[in-house]
Amino acid sequence: MKLTKIMLGFGFAFLYFPLVILVIYSFNESRLVTVWSEFSVKWYFELFKDEQLINGFLLSLRIASLTACASVVFGTMASYILVKFGRFPGQTIFSGLTVAPLVMPDVITGLSLLLLFVGLNELIGWPSARGATTIWIAHVTFCIAFVTVVVSSRLREMDGSLEEAAMDLGAGPVKVFFYITLPIIMPAIMSGWLLAFTLSLDDLVIASFVSGPGASTLPMVIYSSVRLGVSPKINALATIFVVCILISSTASWWLANRFSPASGGTGKTT
Amino acid sequence: MSVEILNVSKSFGDTHAVQDVSLTIEQGEIFALLGGSGCGKTTLLRMLAGFESPDSGDVRINGESILALPPFHRHVNMMFQSYALFPHMTVEKNIAFGPAQDGLSKQEIAERVDEVLELVQMERYRKRKPAQLSGGQQQRIALARSLAKKPSLLLLDEPMAALDKKLRMRMQLELVSIVEQVGVTCIIVTHDQEEAMTMSNRIAIMDAGRIRQVGTPQEIYEYPNSRMTAEFVGSINLLPATVTACAESTTLQLKDAASTVVCRDTRAREGEAYLVAIRPEKVALSTEDEAAGPNCLRGVIDDIAYLGSHSVVHVRLENGKIMQAHMSNVSRDARTQIDFEQPVTLSWEPESVLLISEDD
Ligand SMILES: Nc1ncnc2c1ncn2[C@@H]1O[C@H](COP(=O)(O)OP(=O)(O)O)[C@@H](O)[C@H]1O
Ligand SMILES: [Mg+2]
Repeated sequence: MKLTKIMLGFGFAFLYFPLVILVIYSFNESRLVTVWSEFSVKWYFELFKDEQLINGFLLSLRIASLTACASVVFGTMASYILVKFGRFPGQTIFSGLTVAPLVMPDVITGLSLLLLFVGLNELIGWPSARGATTIWIAHVTFCIAFVTVVVSSRLREMDGSLEEAAMDLGAGPVKVFFYITLPIIMPAIMSGWLLAFTLSLDDLVIASFVSGPGASTLPMVIYSSVRLGVSPKINALATIFVVCILISSTASWWLANRFSPASGGTGKTT
Repeated sequence: MSVEILNVSKSFGDTHAVQDVSLTIEQGEIFALLGGSGCGKTTLLRMLAGFESPDSGDVRINGESILALPPFHRHVNMMFQSYALFPHMTVEKNIAFGPAQDGLSKQEIAERVDEVLELVQMERYRKRKPAQLSGGQQQRIALARSLAKKPSLLLLDEPMAALDKKLRMRMQLELVSIVEQVGVTCIIVTHDQEEAMTMSNRIAIMDAGRIRQVGTPQEIYEYPNSRMTAEFVGSINLLPATVTACAESTTLQLKDAASTVVCRDTRAREGEAYLVAIRPEKVALSTEDEAAGPNCLRGVIDDIAYLGSHSVVHVRLENGKIMQAHMSNVSRDARTQIDFEQPVTLSWEPESVLLISEDD
């Protein structure tokens, strides 16, 4: 018992110690990233003066929220078809293809999408230039997979007689979906949204493949600036990021738990 | 508003869930579908509600076929086994859902909700969410919701399955009184014979997708038409026998026993083989060594199950077979007057005997 606790402690330390160091050093006065001098928040101010970083940040935010919205719509549609339509010809292939991006290496996804965009450009003249739009499309394609997994598991555990009861009481299929199914799976959809948002915000590899001149997401800006030498600004930025991700993942975990059937699904916090 | 089910059949792959079922249910009747698990009760009910479509046959309400109508256009409402209350809506919203689909005004919907909530005596809980209610309360709300649209036909699928035994007995009577008050025609699906007998005017016994017998609880219990129904409802003694004489009463010779049985059943012909069926409560148990005659068997007590109001006594006959008799515990020391391995005589009236065909 004691041993397992110590092991667990080591495990967590290994995972989170670097992160803690990073947060601490973001408040370092010194220009050198690894030498502590004194406490200061000056790098946070420096950060907000860096236009390139700020622009990258805003672009990332825009792409991430649009990605989350689109993947939630398509992911929910895919889940609904997978779970509710019973067996249909090609179901196995469809479900396989839907979740394949989960295990596909980013490099392959990125490269294949790049080839697609280039090919499309030659064929129909669109997209004429790669940039925010192509990154958005690329992110949506792989985020759909994650949303589908989250939403379809919730749909599967939903009592099917709820929809039948609504139909029995006179609601047509469309009304049943919007009044019964959607509100009940909404927590899963929201946590899918947050998941897609986080994944998109975080992606470097795929974005690098399908991006064009002028469209640099935050991870791309950081990555290229780090190659010229690490500025403590990056520490400050990383700290802000960690806080954001912490908040959004806690929120998605909380949403998933609060509305789960095990807790009665009342939405009442006790 | 009579409901006619005409030669309805339904298969899932090679499973013949419902086979050639025909039933007529009268206006205002409470009708029970009784049968073991997997015999096709739910499938039949779902065909009435519109969630399954029959392979053949017809379903008519007031003479009009409803098969072409989707579930949301049928004047049929169902109370689901799991209750299927919408977890994200309050009690009030749950009940208002049905009437709202009919395009009623806010005023009318509110009146309906009040009306049915009063009917099930749940006015106080209108603002609660389903998860904040007990099982019995959820059941009342589910009932109220399925009555809120004033259906021509109410379907109840295993309505008591989720309740504990004590509550179940109370809710059975209460549910019947509510349904009778509304006057709606009602079909109850159950695998519990006591429930079927307590709640319904008529019962249909189902087995392997087919209807085996239809009748009032009394008809089903006293005049079962086959071995299956006889054994399914209550317990019964079945003794193989052959007809030896038939006049105004029929005489049978029991197989592997010396005794004869006399009964009033006059359908039998000489030489035919039957099962002599006698309910345990119609068998008299005596510790005195009475003179042997027809409708009389000797044996020793094999087992006694003391149930308070009565005891079920298992008597081992001379041929080794076990026969059951009920002994009413009229006096407090009734149980102590009999003991294991005690010789006893079993006897019964000719009127209590029923003959059941061997084949099936
Ligand atoms: N949707 C279905 N698909 C395949 N088989 C089914 C389906 N529904 C019911 N069955 C089968 O039909 C038979 C009758 O089922 P059901 O009507 O649910 O029985 P009951 O309600 O009397 O227990 C069972 O053998 C069951 O497995
Ligand atoms: Mg059933």
